[in-house]
Amino acid sequence: MEIMIMLIAVSTMVALIFLVGFIWSARKGQFDDLVTPAVRILDEDS
Amino acid sequence: MSTETIRYDNKVVLHFLIASTLFGVVGMMVGLLIAMQLTNPAFNLGPWLSFGRIRPLHTNAVIFAFVGNALFMGIYYSLPRLCKTPMISPLLSKIHFWGWQAIIVSAVITLPLGITSGKEYAELEWPIDIAITLVWVAFGINMLGTIYKRRERHMYVAIWFYVASWLAVAILHIVNSIELPFSYFHSFSYFAGVQDALVQWWYGHNAVAFFLTTPYLGMMYYFLPKAANRPVFSYRLSIIHFWALVFIYMWAGPHHLLYSAVPDWAQSLGTVFSLMLIAPSWGGMLNGLLTLRGAWDRVREDAALKFMVVAITCYGMATFEGPMLSLKNVNALAHYTDYIIGHVHVGGLGWNGCLTFGVLYWLVPKLFGTKLYSQKLASWHFWLATLGIIFYAVALYFAGITQGLMWSQFNEEGDMLKYPNFLETVLQIIPMYYVRALGGSMYLIGALVMCYNLWKTAREGDFIAEDEAQVPTRIGALQTNKGFHRKLEGMALPFTVFSVFAVIIGGLFELVPVIMSEVKNPSKPLVGIYSPLELEGREIYRKEGCVNCHSQMIRPFRAETERYGDYAKPGDYVYEHPFLWGSRRIGPDLQRIGERPDLTAIWHYNHMIDPQTTSPDSIMPPYPWLAENELDLSLTRSKMRALRILGVPYSDKMIESALTDMKKQAEGISRELNKFDKNIDPEQWQTELIALIAYLKVLGVRVEEDPVLSETKAEEEL
Repeated sequence: MEIMIMLIAVSTMVALIFLVGFIWSARKGQFDDLVTPAVRILDEDS
Repeated sequence: MSTETIRYDNKVVLHFLIASTLFGVVGMMVGLLIAMQLTNPAFNLGPWLSFGRIRPLHTNAVIFAFVGNALFMGIYYSLPRLCKTPMISPLLSKIHFWGWQAIIVSAVITLPLGITSGKEYAELEWPIDIAITLVWVAFGINMLGTIYKRRERHMYVAIWFYVASWLAVAILHIVNSIELPFSYFHSFSYFAGVQDALVQWWYGHNAVAFFLTTPYLGMMYYFLPKAANRPVFSYRLSIIHFWALVFIYMWAGPHHLLYSAVPDWAQSLGTVFSLMLIAPSWGGMLNGLLTLRGAWDRVREDAALKFMVVAITCYGMATFEGPMLSLKNVNALAHYTDYIIGHVHVGGLGWNGCLTFGVLYWLVPKLFGTKLYSQKLASWHFWLATLGIIFYAVALYFAGITQGLMWSQFNEEGDMLKYPNFLETVLQIIPMYYVRALGGSMYLIGALVMCYNLWKTAREGDFIAEDEAQVPTRIGALQTNKGFHRKLEGMALPFTVFSVFAVIIGGLFELVPVIMSEVKNPSKPLVGIYSPLELEGREIYRKEGCVNCHSQMIRPFRAETERYGDYAKPGDYVYEHPFLWGSRRIGPDLQRIGERPDLTAIWHYNHMIDPQTTSPDSIMPPYPWLAENELDLSLTRSKMRALRILGVPYSDKMIESALTDMKKQAEGISRELNKFDKNIDPEQWQTELIALIAYLKVLGVRVEEDPVLSETKAEEEL
């Protein structure tokens, strides 16, 4: 059932991409402000 | 601070919007037709519109055309506004739009013609698969490039959902579409049997996750606050919702294969992760509903908000039901029944449909700078849709539980099935099929009312092709340090794309050897290889979409082995490209039908021409054209050669003598039929029906020694 190894590898790869994305975004300060972004999207300058 | 004026393109948004509503209505109409076909087989209007062929058309149309176009609409509207920059390439937007529509049109043409890969929700054949990949890459470049060029440092949670959806769908689509073409429009799945099933449901489950759920959650987090004009209840929770979902979703696929021939530990893994999904899903649902705290008075009046509330509620219902259905004991009852169809329609009609409607009622007036034409018609739509969903789902819950109980019911002595005739269990639920069709009609009428309402709204306003916005002048706002990072930023596009593909390609290098070794060392076969005629019969089975009503996967329950024969083992499927396990039993399981001595060639013949002659009141469509259509033999050898590459042990001699072998076998079947006054000219053996009968006669027959292989061996020795 080596196909399981493949699927787990691919899924783990996807998870790793997400993990890198998470660490990167946390380091970049994406989550420093968890209040104003929700309000700012309501600005109707667009 | 100096500002500059930028323009957001609304044209591509409108294009996707029109495509979504148009294909949505078409997809729902096809859905209604197949619902009617289940109440009365007379609605099967000839080969091109028979259930087996257009059920995939319905699913593809509503998933990829209705929901697909709607999510692109949502992304092309919200993404530039969240990034405070226009989409980087209007050309790529155009390519994306027209490419996607071309793919849909090719699906509308190929599926009724019976051109199908045979894998659920991935039916489109290899040239279309390649087109999907290309369009998806164009979409990705456009989206990721826009994100990179953004003027807003923070990436709003909706953007995260969009990016994750793009990435996951790309990988799922590529892995599940690995196939070996043997003609311009046909191919065999690279994987066989159990492995094919695992790949397919890893894809199938995640298609629901990353095509129908995560992009729509992104839309929910953008359009719901916009429509309600208040921030999401907890932004922190939305971030947790996102990360929890993307890490857990990928692992839940095996819950579609409980009690099947896949390894037990994989089934349990799927169940555990499915249960874990309740937490983030319900967190997200509550986050959505609580966003409306203090605004519930407006929900009463605002059509957009009303639909969004139903959508989010249905999201909560479907994501509660999903984990419950992945419990083995619940699944034992519900799998293969109409319960599952009810479940997916709570998600499809409720979550995807109603969220789309909500966004449309908010967006169309905005795009045309006017008010909604009629709140009253919108109210009508709301009640038609909501009641339609209830009629639909409740009817199928009843039907599903009835089926599940009747299939497993033994008589009072406990030694025989109480309902040994499968047909009895079908006839019992026909009234429910009528109620379902009623619910579906209500939903469709509601959608038509909406189309009229939106059309009138558009006519009253003027289309705003571009929205202007004042944004701070870009003076390298995003650069934190010069040097390395600045360079990287200059190469934004290649960097993003290459890094994603590097990961994918790196993964493939690691995986291909694994697959190759698996192909070379399959499980010990329990069944023989197909003779050329049987192989062609199997291709007819795939073409006609028999898999949409008949499973080929007997679970290890006494009720099933009693009814259908010995339960499935991996060795039963080593030559199955693609696997044809199916996911529902509108008709009985066929895995061991070849072992039934009572089902003779003449029985199959009569049954296929008119199922009601052998099974009175059966709802199976008649297939008279199979007896008339000439069997296409031009590709038989290519098929055998392709399968040999995939590990099916056809010898050179077998491929060479394929046509004479077919003739011999077909003449045998014709002779048997002629005993019953069928008067088939032995020279006219080349019909699709003869091939199909040959296939059904050997389907699932376990052998000690491979009859086809040993016969050729004996001939070679002579």
